[in-house]
Amino acid sequence: MMLRGLLAVVAVAAALIAQPALAVLPSEMLKDPTLEARAQTLSKDIRCQVCQNEDIDDSAAPLAADMRRLIREKILAGQTNQQILDFLVQRYGDNVLMRPPIKPATWLLWFGPAALLIVTGTLIAVAARRRTAAPAPPQLAPDEERRLREILERRT
Amino acid sequence: MRRLLYILPLLAFVAVAAWFAVGLTRDPNRIPSALIDKPMPEFQLPALAEIGVPGLATSDIHGKVALVNVFASWCVPCRSEQPILMRLAREKGVILYGIDYKDQAPAGAAFLREFGNPYAAIGVDADGKVGIDWGVYGVPETFVIDREGRIRHKQIGPITPESLNTTILPLVAQLSK
Repeated sequence: MMLRGLLAVVAVAAALIAQPALAVLPSEMLKDPTLEARAQTLSKDIRCQVCQNEDIDDSAAPLAADMRRLIREKILAGQTNQQILDFLVQRYGDNVLMRPPIKPATWLLWFGPAALLIVTGTLIAVAARRRTAAPAPPQLAPDEERRLREILERRT
Repeated sequence: MRRLLYILPLLAFVAVAAWFAVGLTRDPNRIPSALIDKPMPEFQLPALAEIGVPGLATSDIHGKVALVNVFASWCVPCRSEQPILMRLAREKGVILYGIDYKDQAPAGAAFLREFGNPYAAIGVDADGKVGIDWGVYGVPETFVIDREGRIRHKQIGPITPESLNTTILPLVAQLSK
């Protein structure tokens, strides 16, 4: 029991200390730390075309390594982040971006869930209001009133 | 009116299910090329030693209907594709150009000696930069180029007899008219 508790503590501590492994190799990094930081941030926005759920900063695929090197060369050449992204989109399409751009073809993707929520929410609200606003039940007739009182009194 | 309202969720479900069913038949690994109907990228690549065909540049391809095939000696599916390319070049008279993608030159030459060389010219793209210009992400890839030097079709993965007969050969015939 003691041992198990200790193991749990060690496991949690290890998980907290461990940093996510970066695939970017020390040899690929730029000497200038600000430019390197820019390259790594930009890498997070670029999808590896081989392992498509990874950005090129995380991916170990050779193509991701080529792309990491390429964006660093372009950063050193003085290009802006947008110029670099445009370069890649021209060649690989919007798919190369981790976040799809907002344009008519992706409106459904970006705004569909919110629109669905608003539409169904409105429908439910309207239905609920209609139910509470339903007319009150008709009043009891005088003889019914009398019978009700009789029944209640009999009970007590 | 009421009844219609009750059927609405069922209709919505059928619509969503149909949409997903179509989605399931699509292969997420096939990314549509952004370069279709665009001019091919400008490039110039050195020749592969010991093979006896020249290197490859954009100007070599201009003015002809041709296939540009991206291959590599380390690429396993390329081995099954090579016999089809050989038949294309020899029997159908299709002009083929090769880009040896991220390969060691001796290995690339050995690959062609073993499986045959269907290419009129081969460019060696050692660091994969020209590959990125072509939007290459999975070798083999084959591009169909028209007379104006535009990319008209991209085949991702090896050419199969089926894709050859249903897509590539008809397209080449149509472009060659």
